[in-house]
Amino acid sequence: MNPRLYPLAATIAIFALAWAICVMQFPTMLSTRVVGNLLTDNAYLGIVAVGMTIVILSGGIDLSVGSVIAFSGVFIAVMLRDTNLHPLVVFVLLLAVTTAFGAAMGGLIHALAMPPFIVTLAGMFLMRGLAYMLTIDSVPINHPFYDLLDGAYWLMPGKGRLTLIGAAMLVAVAVGMVVAHRTRFGASVFALGGGEATARLMGVRVGRTTVAIYAFSGLMAGLSGIVFSIYTKSGYPLATVGTELTAIAAVVIGGTLLTGGAGFVFGTLIGVLTMGLIQTYIVFDGTLSSWWTKIIIGLLLLAFILLQKSLLRLSAIGGGRATRSRNEAAA
Amino acid sequence: MLLTIRSLTKTFPGTTALDAVDFDLAAGEIHALLGENGAGKSTLIKCLTGAYSRDGGEISLEGRPISPRSTSKAQELGIGTVYQEVNLLANLTVAQNLTFGREPTRFGMVDARAQKRQAEAMLEGYGLDIDVSRNLAAYSVAVRQIIAIARAVALSGKVLILDEPTASLDAREVETLFDVVRGLRDRGLGIVFVSHFLDQVFALTDRVTVLRNGRRVASERTADLNRVRLIEHMLGHALEDEVIAHGKTHDAAAAQRPELLRFENFGRRGHVEPFDLAVGRGEVLGLAGLLGSGRTESAELLFGVVEAHSGAARDENGTFDLSSPRAAVAAGFGYAPEERKEDGIVADLSVRENIALALQAHRGWLRRLSGAEQARLANNYIARLDIRTFGPEQPVGELSGGNQQKVVLARWLAMNPRFLILDEPTRGIDVGAHAEILRLIQKVTAEGMSILIISSELDELIAVSDRVIVVRDRRHVAELTGREITSDTIVRAIAAPQAGRQNSGEEAA
Repeated sequence: MNPRLYPLAATIAIFALAWAICVMQFPTMLSTRVVGNLLTDNAYLGIVAVGMTIVILSGGIDLSVGSVIAFSGVFIAVMLRDTNLHPLVVFVLLLAVTTAFGAAMGGLIHALAMPPFIVTLAGMFLMRGLAYMLTIDSVPINHPFYDLLDGAYWLMPGKGRLTLIGAAMLVAVAVGMVVAHRTRFGASVFALGGGEATARLMGVRVGRTTVAIYAFSGLMAGLSGIVFSIYTKSGYPLATVGTELTAIAAVVIGGTLLTGGAGFVFGTLIGVLTMGLIQTYIVFDGTLSSWWTKIIIGLLLLAFILLQKSLLRLSAIGGGRATRSRNEAAA
Repeated sequence: MLLTIRSLTKTFPGTTALDAVDFDLAAGEIHALLGENGAGKSTLIKCLTGAYSRDGGEISLEGRPISPRSTSKAQELGIGTVYQEVNLLANLTVAQNLTFGREPTRFGMVDARAQKRQAEAMLEGYGLDIDVSRNLAAYSVAVRQIIAIARAVALSGKVLILDEPTASLDAREVETLFDVVRGLRDRGLGIVFVSHFLDQVFALTDRVTVLRNGRRVASERTADLNRVRLIEHMLGHALEDEVIAHGKTHDAAAAQRPELLRFENFGRRGHVEPFDLAVGRGEVLGLAGLLGSGRTESAELLFGVVEAHSGAARDENGTFDLSSPRAAVAAGFGYAPEERKEDGIVADLSVRENIALALQAHRGWLRRLSGAEQARLANNYIARLDIRTFGPEQPVGELSGGNQQKVVLARWLAMNPRFLILDEPTRGIDVGAHAEILRLIQKVTAEGMSILIISSELDELIAVSDRVIVVRDRRHVAELTGREITSDTIVRAIAAPQAGRQNSGEEAA
């Protein structure tokens, strides 16, 4: 196997192992119902984590996404309450806003040569504040179209429901995979993560790419906000506090290098599902405190950081060995 | 001629990096570009690749004048460059690196299979048998260098500039690389080869151009050159006759000086081979050698920048510790490094703060130098060294090179060290300041301070040194005193009796 795939393989192995343990204890977890719920419950996280993956691959970080999701929910709820616009129109407006917001952050990061951490931290406060400007209460969404969206599902074999929002996440992951691994833009993202100076020498348009990266993350955060509003049928400015950190955790557990330049969008999906699986296990068990989720995620993160470090070291040694044998062959 | 450069000029504030330089490159030729640090090699290359815009002169490629504005523009014109380190991205696959920016696409998506085929085609003829779908990180520096060359050739295809490509390769890898370069020459490319390894220049190149202080001093066929002449070109005459006239007269009987320090069997594996060195009180020791020969490495060892693996330093009170710069400062040492801008000055701080820096660090933060004391110190040295500044509060970054160097000297003189190491103290400064710094060295040594001076300027070494140590291949190979100190003997010692090279001969390969 190509060594580039090792972190992804490790992610998948851990997920498979975790699921095997779950199934051994609770055989009912081996059902499409559990799978369906896993996808539905983690849909908003999965979508936002796709955007985060692209950002992290480029060597950046986007701390604003949790606030953007909350803002999106509130924006939709208030618009639907106060205007007669169709939800689809509101969605389009919202996505335009969040994409522009992401693009603006990317522009600042590039133009001012500021660390993404600071710029998106400012963005985080800004968006949370804007959400509060719209309302300070939880605003319910009662629109027939929303009932339609919420009720839409495909009955999988085994009576599991693949809901619309679960499917939306899978589509987002597929789109993310194509963008990251199969386009020139994706190659530029990896190049930036490998080193900005070298990337520039190789012809990457750094400014344009940076803007596009954060715009994409903003778009995904907006989409995630829509999905979250369908999931909760409300908008609440205090919602999804800290979701950006959960998304970062999912990306890292998914095998993406936090310093950028290496990783897989598909791994992020597995990372999200692994975290969801732990939660499901705790629900099945019934006696464990749900805080165990956090503890296990913490341990998993630690394990992955150690794994990546050792893989990097191994590949360095392996590279050296390859050179030597090639030399011997030459001699 | 494939590439013609006529009176290329580039100035930076305070210095003229290139002064009406001519350069010709024929198709099917490997042309070495030589010179010590600061001679203008990298400026010339940056003007060629569009990283700098020139102030004057003409560049024409295949008879058409060109003015590349960026690296990618230069590439489109046909000029590709491979640098020593930053070329490619280790986190991408070999195929991605090779095809970056020109990936074959189908329906807007990168066609991975076509990409792989294209990459393999690009590597054909380079004698590499590697899996292009692996990360570049999996391969050695030599392989990466060849991949970088393959990319540069495919992208540009007329002129290939190799900037110190062999610096981190071992002998066998160098030979592999040379085979590749010779193959490209035979395909009709014009190749500019920048290196400071003379053996490689003789082994590989057809023609040599030597730059010195921004001027072209020689351009000859490699076959017509011998080593001694080449070194003379590189280290030749730069000083005003006036300075030489006021320099030391080297009597047969060198003055007997009381010994201040003695280093015994001092060395570090892979850095400098062990050497013995005695330093007299008030003595000026010159360290001569080519770039990369172990000059700076010796200085770093003596100041504890890197710790010695063997040997001991002694003074009249017995051995003392030199394991870190801190220990060296405590032992009364001072060190003004070669890279003044990076390691010497703090450009944003004022002249006063820069001068007070080392003394304050030595006293510790508990015994703060008051502002008044610092100002007195600064004013004293501004007057003594004739530092041209608007006042002690001017940021050092705004001063000219020579005055920056004086600030660095003032900082160490304020410490009143007994042994001061100066690495290229006169590089990149104008002639007047040059002479002043040399006079200053004579003045402080007359007061009893001992100085070790490293320089690429032979005249300068001859003018100030009581004794000259010659380094070659990271060894101290000769020690010249009295009448032996002439540019002729130094050049001969650097050029090396070939017998001494046998054990390290692999580097020549």
